[in-house]
Amino acid sequence: MNGYNFAYLDEPTKRMIRRAILKAVSIPGHQVPFGAREMPLPYGWGTGGIQVTAAILGPEDVLKVIDQGADDTTNAVSIRRFFARTAGVETTTHTAEASVIQTRHRIPEMPLRADQILVYQVPLPEPLAKLEPSRAETRQMHALADYGLMHVKLYEDIARFGHVAISYDYPVMVNGRYLMSPSPIPAFDTPKMNRMAALQLFGAGREKRIYAVPPFTTVRPLDFEDHPFKLVRAPHACTLCGARDSYLDEVVTDDRGGRIFVCSDTDYCEGRRDAAPGEAA
Amino acid sequence: MAYVAVKGGERAIDAAHDWLARNRRGPVSVAEVGTDQIATQLGRAVDRVMAEGSCYDPALAALAIKQAQGDLIEAAFLLRAYRTTLPRFASSLPVETGAMHIRRRISAIYKDLPGGQMLGPTYDYTHRLLDFALEAESDLPPAPARPAPAAIEPTPRVLDLLREEGLMGAEEPGGHAPPGDLTREPLAFPAGRDLRLQSLARGDEGFLLALGYSTQRGYGNNHPFVGEIRMGDVAVEIEPPELGFPIEIGRITLTECEMVNQFAGSKTEPPQFTRGYGLTFGHGERKAMGMALVDRALRAAELGEDVTAPAQDIEFVLSHSDNIEATGFVEHLKLPHYVDFQSELETIRTMRRTAEAATPQEGEPA
Repeated sequence: MNGYNFAYLDEPTKRMIRRAILKAVSIPGHQVPFGAREMPLPYGWGTGGIQVTAAILGPEDVLKVIDQGADDTTNAVSIRRFFARTAGVETTTHTAEASVIQTRHRIPEMPLRADQILVYQVPLPEPLAKLEPSRAETRQMHALADYGLMHVKLYEDIARFGHVAISYDYPVMVNGRYLMSPSPIPAFDTPKMNRMAALQLFGAGREKRIYAVPPFTTVRPLDFEDHPFKLVRAPHACTLCGARDSYLDEVVTDDRGGRIFVCSDTDYCEGRRDAAPGEAA
Repeated sequence: MAYVAVKGGERAIDAAHDWLARNRRGPVSVAEVGTDQIATQLGRAVDRVMAEGSCYDPALAALAIKQAQGDLIEAAFLLRAYRTTLPRFASSLPVETGAMHIRRRISAIYKDLPGGQMLGPTYDYTHRLLDFALEAESDLPPAPARPAPAAIEPTPRVLDLLREEGLMGAEEPGGHAPPGDLTREPLAFPAGRDLRLQSLARGDEGFLLALGYSTQRGYGNNHPFVGEIRMGDVAVEIEPPELGFPIEIGRITLTECEMVNQFAGSKTEPPQFTRGYGLTFGHGERKAMGMALVDRALRAAELGEDVTAPAQDIEFVLSHSDNIEATGFVEHLKLPHYVDFQSELETIRTMRRTAEAATPQEGEPA
């Protein structure tokens, strides 16, 4: 695009972000402060992810952008267009074809490869924020690996409800050291982060933090031996493709209680339908 | 209703943008508003957008206001997003508000003082009666001839007068390290006063107004007096290293407010006055006053006062003063959250099943 650098950000800014990314990769799960810039999209709408993507994108990259698992949600469309316009890179909706995937709230169903990078948009990078609002305090808690507060929260959930009542943004331990927010992905997706072949980068623009999970790093949902982490998924098959292993969106079809369940990962769903037409329920 | 796969985001966005453009223009039977009209006739809006957009450029601010249909936070956002792309050639020298070409200057603590009081173009003593004459285009009578001042009278800052008497508390000396810049480096807490003032200067007027107000109502009481408010033009200078002397690159309008606050003293300090400082682009007294109240409240810890009120909590105030950040995060709730909500649905259904199973049914022994 005329008047702007490749992928919008100027090169010194990209270098600053890449340095933060390198530091983040070196200390898995640790939140690295960075000088987040004001972007032409609003804070809270993916500016952190956009800055990370802008900093790592090269002309040869193929970009996929998803929001809620889908390529066609309005904000995913908007971000994909932003990069198509400012970087002129090829974009795709196919997970397997992408070299960089920017996501909000989901991890694709298809396992990612070592030559792919997954960039998460993060609203609140601090996993302890709901328990301790002061970032000055939580920084110290991370430094001391003092995560008792979170364990107590999980314990209280179990004592009151019989199980942990966190359904998304489920806190995880990275490399046995840092407690990390996986971003508001459903707890269903959390196990996919563990020893993932792809590099996982997390950008929080408004909160000005970058963090990372390098390839093949252990990521464990926080739990107790006698109350192990459990997957939560709607107990249905996808109405469109019949998948019983994917995360489902519930779609209200009428005002008399009618509902269907469909894959949240639209590329996964379409791929299954193309491979086996007519199989769905 | 049959389920239709939710496609069409691209077309929806294009259609929305087209509709928005027509909506912005309004009926073509009405003349389009010019950015020059906005810049010259909606000056207070322009000033607010420049202040919160952190970019002094009345023409661009007017354009942003037009583009945003008068939504001033949206306009400030447009200006901010433009500002980030600008290269930085130099940092200015500190502006000397003591040498301001004054259009308004009032003090609430001295009846008269060197330089005098000057009411200037203020709404303060207008009666808030709608002036229906403004509905029609009107010609103002010619401005009365103002007597030329015999000589430009020096107008020292009121707080300097107090400082000379030794009644104004000493402040952290500046000028040693270059001031921080929260637009380049992430803010860390507790933040120094340089970063606090920067954050407040670009902070939301409404937020600072409300927080300042809260200090007056007892949430971090700081007994303020308006030492001085001055508004006018100051020269901006830079000193290019290859020249070795400062050159003036332009003049900007600023509003400065210095609040005088009681301070009871401490073990090491005698009783004295302390300063709360507010400075904003353009004519923005409400903003400058709110800022000065909050600046003083944020000095509580440094002055050994109890930090009990929201306005005294540096991290709280600085984390929430920016309306571009705030509006983005509040409004992001409009984005789809199907996935999170779905997991919440499943969790709440599970919890209800568990609760129902645990509740003894009617007729069963308790």
